[in-house]
Amino acid sequence: MENELFTIDSSMVDWSRAQFALTAIYHWLFVPLTLGLAVIMGIMETIYYRTGRDFWKRTAQFWQRLFGINFAMGIATGIILEFEFGTNWSNYSFLVGDVFGAPLAIEGIVAFFMESTFVAVMFFGWKKVSRGFHLASTWLTGLGATISAWWILVANSWMQYPVGQEFNLDTMRNEMVSFVDVALSPVAIDKFCHTVISAWVLGAVFVVGVSSWYLLKRRHVEFARQSMKIGAIVGLVASVLAAVTGHHSAYTVGQTQPMKLAAMEALYNGGDDQSLTIFAAVNPFAQPDWKNEHEPPMRIAVPYALSFLATNDLHGYVPGINDIINGYDKSDGEYEVPLSEKMVRGSYALTAMKAYREAKRDGRNNELEVLASEFQENMPWMGYGYVKEAEQIVPYIPICFWSFRIMVGGGCLFILLFCAILYFLYRKKSPRWLFHTALWCIPVAYIVSECGWLVAEFGRQPWTIQDMLPTWVGVSALQSSSVMITFFLFLVLFTTMLAVEISIMCKQIKRGPEL
Amino acid sequence: MMTYEFLQHYWCAVVALLAALLVFLMFVQGANSQIFELGKTADERRLLINSTGRKWEFTFTTLVTFGGAFFASYPLFYSTSFGGAYWLWMLILFSFVLQAVSYEFQNKLGNLLGTRTFQTFLVINGIVGPVLLGGAVATFFTGSNFIVERDNIMNEATPIVSQWANASHGLDALLDPWNVVFGVAVFFLARLLGNLYTLNNIEDDTLMRRNRRALLWNTAVFLVLFLAFFFHIMTKDGYVYDPATGVVSMEPYTYFNNLFGSWPLLALFLVGVIFVLLGVGGTFLWKAKDGSPFRGGIWPAGIGTVMVVVSLLLTTAYFNTCYYPSNADLQSSLTMQNSCSSEFTLRTMFYVSLLVPFVLAYIVYAWRKMDQKRLTHEEVNDTESEAY
Repeated sequence: MENELFTIDSSMVDWSRAQFALTAIYHWLFVPLTLGLAVIMGIMETIYYRTGRDFWKRTAQFWQRLFGINFAMGIATGIILEFEFGTNWSNYSFLVGDVFGAPLAIEGIVAFFMESTFVAVMFFGWKKVSRGFHLASTWLTGLGATISAWWILVANSWMQYPVGQEFNLDTMRNEMVSFVDVALSPVAIDKFCHTVISAWVLGAVFVVGVSSWYLLKRRHVEFARQSMKIGAIVGLVASVLAAVTGHHSAYTVGQTQPMKLAAMEALYNGGDDQSLTIFAAVNPFAQPDWKNEHEPPMRIAVPYALSFLATNDLHGYVPGINDIINGYDKSDGEYEVPLSEKMVRGSYALTAMKAYREAKRDGRNNELEVLASEFQENMPWMGYGYVKEAEQIVPYIPICFWSFRIMVGGGCLFILLFCAILYFLYRKKSPRWLFHTALWCIPVAYIVSECGWLVAEFGRQPWTIQDMLPTWVGVSALQSSSVMITFFLFLVLFTTMLAVEISIMCKQIKRGPEL
Repeated sequence: MMTYEFLQHYWCAVVALLAALLVFLMFVQGANSQIFELGKTADERRLLINSTGRKWEFTFTTLVTFGGAFFASYPLFYSTSFGGAYWLWMLILFSFVLQAVSYEFQNKLGNLLGTRTFQTFLVINGIVGPVLLGGAVATFFTGSNFIVERDNIMNEATPIVSQWANASHGLDALLDPWNVVFGVAVFFLARLLGNLYTLNNIEDDTLMRRNRRALLWNTAVFLVLFLAFFFHIMTKDGYVYDPATGVVSMEPYTYFNNLFGSWPLLALFLVGVIFVLLGVGGTFLWKAKDGSPFRGGIWPAGIGTVMVVVSLLLTTAYFNTCYYPSNADLQSSLTMQNSCSSEFTLRTMFYVSLLVPFVLAYIVYAWRKMDQKRLTHEEVNDTESEAY
């Protein structure tokens, strides 16, 4: 049945994307600090439990107070994200809810209840429960948050690398056929490790930065030095691990989402022995002419590094955007068909689907098997049946390119920062320039963290689910004006609350620990 | 034993249970809606906020888990209701965002908007949350205006499966007076549960007196509205489907037949009603062992609420009834059969759901530990208490 009130308008798709991006960006401002501080304050409270020194209890309490201020905003933005799958991406919810809904439900049952039960004990239970139970509650709060991250990243990874499902022509949706494939896909494992560890880095930068402020002001010196030491050790270990898991992630992207990697590198034409771009003059405000340019201007690159990053082989073949569009031979010898053929096969899939539905409706059961097999043959390219031109499948290169560089550059900077902090702490010196740097690294860490999200999600465009469902097929049947209004409502609400949170955080930090 | 049909019924019951727990846990909203009525001084308001503030995350988490479980087990409902009734759900979510930050921010230095603003946000959530959630649930009986057409996926211009049949996107639900009646009934139920919870959780004679007075009024209004809605749904036509063909039709007295024709559901409903009445009545009539007024009414009333809500929700879904009926296109109505996930997903999720008793056990343990002593002014004003 046709609804004459509604036709898809491209601005509605863009507003829906903008609203989801807005919510996710705000959500990701708060979650990394929650994950990172959970580890650091857990370590501090463990020291208190083992030594019985009141100093460590006060230290843990101070960071827990900051954790609490931040925690509420993470929850508030998180609930919106979950429901936006339904409100703004209803077609997506129907088509893949059978697969995608399960991790979200498990997240609620396994992780959220753990988090919400024990966070109350952590905050209000100091005088109500034993020291051991309190310590367990602190760690369980962090564990709950981490398990939550696992399941939401399983869901997200499935959008990047859909496995463990089959399309059912009778129900007209994707259905899960292997839970293990979904829950333990290599993309999910890489993504979880890299994301959670990078959150620990952000938490560590926050602790080191705030501690630096006290040292610059010469207040709470012992508290600040001890916090800084723990923060820097956690930060250094996490930064190195983030580099390792980052390499794994890049390799997985190279194997599963070559267009994302090409956009991250502004690699228009690929080949063997590819170098990794350190810098190139990619205009941040315009999509480059990837069809006609050979490579971005003023390119400075490290020889062979991209081949190594993407294939674990210095001479490995990395496809560029034009190769992906025109077809290329993959490293395993298989031929990756050109976009034009994918579009034809996608159309075949949609045509076979239509024929199957009509045959079923008319009771021509003898035709169903042939039509189903024709559909399944072309199903991997079904999403391309909705694509009209090559430009549609190329992500916005400037965002992917610059975000990737800021993320990697920031990660390297933090390794240096933590090394320097530990060196000077060991030498019992207090260089003010380093403390100033550490303080300014707090906003840098947030920018770096958000850039990681931008790389992952912008690089997936235009797909809601890689190669399967473009954004314009996943949306809800809404007017763009409705989504625009809610976008601005959330923008005002989240921004106001962020301003309040920063103001409260600053006041709490100025007030300092109650030692 | 674990047939597809069993799994569909099982997950329907789980979702109904989560919805019922959510209604019970909305005592947080109910108490918050009365912050300025019960708390005449800043100290009293702080005591009330700290009392509900130690439980708000359970309500929030139950709402999220309810959404997740519904998504996983009935994805077509998730896409149809959330994507269709956009404004209704957005208003609900907006109010819950206000609540989530208000506890933490309201009493902190540097909160920019002032304590009273955040307390007002709590009141707004306390009113809007239960009224709109109640209104949304009432549409399970009264129907909504949507169209479902799976074959739209093949339409490249408008490939959307579920569409709302008018431009109001869910606000039309509030034009049906019975949805409003039920929404307001849920609001007063939340208020009376809020009274019972704070009576049990706070040690303050003045608040206790005001709570008991408010409890009486809230219960009276709730009973009038609930009985009116109950009478309406018991006498109205229902939306039923033929399990063999899936064809939907209207049938007189469907919900009456479903409830009174199934003794387990009827027993659940009646015992639940008795428990709610005992919870409220006992607060006025019974004495504790030490001769003081009985203050544990939240437990029988809470358990009773869960039982009543589960039984009513199951009357909308079991016995070949359409749990999410469409008034715009009767054949688009959602049933347990046509909107649920695949057998594989439901079975996988069944195994996950076996963790629920373990989850409930640690919640009960932690809750008991934290609520061993009632909340006092001294505890809230203790600088080490981390109170809101």
